[in-house]
Amino acid sequence: MSDENASLANEQALVAAARAKTTVFDIFLQFLIIGATSFGGVVPYLRNSLVSKLHWVDDKEFVELLSISQSLPGLNATNMAVLLGDRLKGWMGAVAGVVGMCLPGAIIMLLAGIVYKVRGDHDLVTFALKGVAAAAAGLLLATVIQLGKKSLSHQFDLAFVLVTVLLVNRLHVSVPRTLIFVGIAAILFHYPRKTAKAGANQ
Amino acid sequence: MNQIPALIRVFAYLSILTVGGGMAAFPEMKILTVDVHHWLDYHELIHMYSIGQLAPGPNMMMIVSIGDWAGGILGAIVVLVAFFGPTAILALVVGRAWNKLEKWPWRLSIQQGLAPVSIGLLLAGTLSMAKGSVTGWTTGGIAMGVLLTMLWRKVNPAFLVLAGAVAGVIAFMPK
Repeated sequence: MSDENASLANEQALVAAARAKTTVFDIFLQFLIIGATSFGGVVPYLRNSLVSKLHWVDDKEFVELLSISQSLPGLNATNMAVLLGDRLKGWMGAVAGVVGMCLPGAIIMLLAGIVYKVRGDHDLVTFALKGVAAAAAGLLLATVIQLGKKSLSHQFDLAFVLVTVLLVNRLHVSVPRTLIFVGIAAILFHYPRKTAKAGANQ
Repeated sequence: MNQIPALIRVFAYLSILTVGGGMAAFPEMKILTVDVHHWLDYHELIHMYSIGQLAPGPNMMMIVSIGDWAGGILGAIVVLVAFFGPTAILALVVGRAWNKLEKWPWRLSIQQGLAPVSIGLLLAGTLSMAKGSVTGWTTGGIAMGVLLTMLWRKVNPAFLVLAGAVAGVIAFMPK
């Protein structure tokens, strides 16, 4: 137990020391590197670099920031860049983080879009893209299943999932309306009952 | 015709729909960019989304291509700012207020309630994308292969997307 406390204190000291030295430019540079190398999902790269290598945040804070970024609109990658950058160097750090994160992918997709317009109708490209699009669909479905397993907390949640899909895809209700109606119903379904439950359990 | 104001409007609006991931905005993105504004067609949208899976960084970067096609380099920049700006500001504000919010009893309710809705939106986006990309036995087989591989073990998704490209070339190339 004391070992654990010692390593925790050690970790906190490492983080404090690393943060004291960090500049806004460092943040930009590190997020630029992550933005340029994070193939197939940003979060593992973020953790590896910012927690394990640089000690800018400890694991506990990282997980906390991840849960904030997942419950907000916006992509995980950019929300994490904003939250981490802000903790390190205020709003300038947040701007540096999000710009660094987006710049490499944005430039690559700008070029890809230009090349696609010129060469996109080439047979070989068409065949490859058919395969890529099918793979992307499989990937998305896997993400849906993995997220569902992890974040659905009640059997009845499946009904909310299905109603959402039905409203958007079949009945063509707009996403904001769906979000508001089903969202409010689901939030009310999960109303805070913790204290009552805890009381009943005891 | 100048598309810049429309690009700003559309992508700022799509920005706030990305609850639970960029794909949640896909059905609305299809309607607005393809059907309403004709910046690209449905197949180009699916192709650019798919190419985007091979690029590093945030996974909705194909919006940059749409911005460029509709409004040149200025369009690309404007789309980036419109799509990432509003949610970035929201993240900044909520991130700072988090310590107070953490003790708010409804916070957990909101988190638990939004989870199934955001998964539903993600699934809706996935299905609307699959409708255009899974069109027969071959593409169905590729999608299924990727799905099962992902559920079965930890693989870098970018490799599976590349494997999909190779499979597509092998399967569709005239013999």
